[in-house]
Amino acid sequence: MLKFSKDHEWIRVDGSVGTVGITAYAQSQLGDVVFVEVPAAGKALQAGQDAAVVESVKAASDVYSPVDGTVIEGNGALSDTPELVNEDPMGEGWFFRISISNPGQLGALMDEEAYAAYLEELG
Amino acid sequence: MTQMDRSQGRLARPANDDADTLAPVVTASGHRALLLEEPLIFEQGADGRTGVDLPEPAGRPSRLGGLDRRGAIGLPGLSEPQVVRHFTRLSQKNYGIDSGFFPLGSCTMKHNPRLNEKMARLPGFADLHPLQPPETVQGALALIHELAHWLTTLTGMPAVALSPAAGAHGEFCGMAAIRSALAARGDVRRRVLVPESAHGTNPATAAVLGYEVDPIPATDRGRVDLAAFKAKLGSDVAAVMITNPNTCGLFEDEIQDISRLIHEAGGFFYCDGANFNAIVGRVRPADLGVDCMHINLHKTFSTPHGGGGPGSGPVVLSAALAPYAPLPMVVMEQGQYRLVETAEGDAAASFGRLKAFHGQMGMFVRALAYMKSHGADGLRQVASDAVLNANYILARLKGDITASFEGPTMHEALFDDRFLKDTGVSTLDFAKALIDEGFHPMTMYFPLVVHGAMLIEPTETESKQSIDQFCDTMLSLARRAKEGDAASFQAAPRLTPRRRLDETQAARKPVLRWTQPALPKAAE
Repeated sequence: MLKFSKDHEWIRVDGSVGTVGITAYAQSQLGDVVFVEVPAAGKALQAGQDAAVVESVKAASDVYSPVDGTVIEGNGALSDTPELVNEDPMGEGWFFRISISNPGQLGALMDEEAYAAYLEELG
Repeated sequence: MTQMDRSQGRLARPANDDADTLAPVVTASGHRALLLEEPLIFEQGADGRTGVDLPEPAGRPSRLGGLDRRGAIGLPGLSEPQVVRHFTRLSQKNYGIDSGFFPLGSCTMKHNPRLNEKMARLPGFADLHPLQPPETVQGALALIHELAHWLTTLTGMPAVALSPAAGAHGEFCGMAAIRSALAARGDVRRRVLVPESAHGTNPATAAVLGYEVDPIPATDRGRVDLAAFKAKLGSDVAAVMITNPNTCGLFEDEIQDISRLIHEAGGFFYCDGANFNAIVGRVRPADLGVDCMHINLHKTFSTPHGGGGPGSGPVVLSAALAPYAPLPMVVMEQGQYRLVETAEGDAAASFGRLKAFHGQMGMFVRALAYMKSHGADGLRQVASDAVLNANYILARLKGDITASFEGPTMHEALFDDRFLKDTGVSTLDFAKALIDEGFHPMTMYFPLVVHGAMLIEPTETESKQSIDQFCDTMLSLARRAKEGDAASFQAAPRLTPRRRLDETQAARKPVLRWTQPALPKAAE
């Protein structure tokens, strides 16, 4: 299951584990990413809480957790190769994996179709 | 009447009619006329070359106790003229406010009057030592005291802390005073509200002081969303940090409601005074309900800025925050100026020191020279002229370059990249093309509340002539972009010593030091 937030995070859900990253649209708006800070394993997060930091040539932004849970691991590869976020935002450029504690929250997120419509709205 | 011939026989432009028929110039030296290639100073050095040649002192035993240097330490060997030329050439590559129009929005790059420089170089100010006994520096202390008087009068605030060394340092000072005041009443609060359009230093300051930053969205008028602000207020909100006029160049017209609401919720109102230039002499921040505000002397009061710094960021404080102000402070007692250096007496609640000494003394001299040479009426006119210049730019450009918000602006004009839609030209390309035209680019991609922002701040310094030249250039570039000249924008700048730099790689893999290819091995 793949879900999207209004803040342009995606979460791919496999059982009780979610993998979180930022969308292709988000990386295109940021421009070349030069630095990423991911959360450490064991960190407890709530939905909407800032979980990671992404810095591009244009701006620095927080990345929010789309759900409550505990971080399983951050993507260590991003510290040396932040360009993965630009090159493969939905794949290799993932930010962190989280053990989802409240799966009910996933229902409030958008599916692919709804997210595409949301982007359309943003113009 | 015929136009007067002002050329006096000079050609309007150099004759270079044949230039187009010749191949591009490739010089043997790598220099391009007066644009000289300049290697790093370390690359120019040679062993055995030196600027001074002193004989070894004869007949004197070494006093180094066997700690003499045993090997080369890798400093470049250079003659004096080499060193002079190196730094002169580098300075010629620099573009500063003394070279031309510098419309970097949010930065207030105004002229630094030479009168200020003359005053700052007076030996009675320039040659002081910060540890001199106060009775030997009464003139300098009097100047600090008088500067404090001007700053408190212009802002309507009862107290000022002069030691902060820059804007962000001033923010830290003001927010530390707020944290101290809350701690003194046993009121632990964890959130600080910051608008989305704020300077990045605002959330950074709140975070450094241990607060959680809670962003307030902007309205489509580019101002704080009052309803969203109200919804976020609560007993855990320590402060709201607001820049007024804000970074979109707009006056926060609901500022008094914001101030009343934060105070009703028991929090404090931190005002970022970075844009004080737009309202100096016209609005007293105290009348807006501000609890503290930093003032960038290097913006509003014309002290050097950027590479010419250092900055200086005094903080004015309300009566509620004044007891927590940092030390030292200058006081007048029995006809003598004195420095309060320890937290006792009236200063018992001070949160401590921010800096080793009293602040940026050289900047205090320059700022007071600026204030006194302008006078109260002159400072009012500074604000008016800064606002007039920005509105003139807005009026001239907005037909062709999309202005982000309706209506008049304050000291800076904000545009976005909607006018570049489908041209293949980005805000970055546009800014780079401006370099080829001989202008320092505007601030780009900030504030973040509009897409592809271009923020232009002319300041009151610029003449109509220089602003018109800039506007003509902007309009001509906009026309070229719309006519489909994307390739030349994407290749810009083309006339600079280096073409488009790889800013991404520079940020991802910065090379921060020069390493010597092979250092001679130290003698064992």
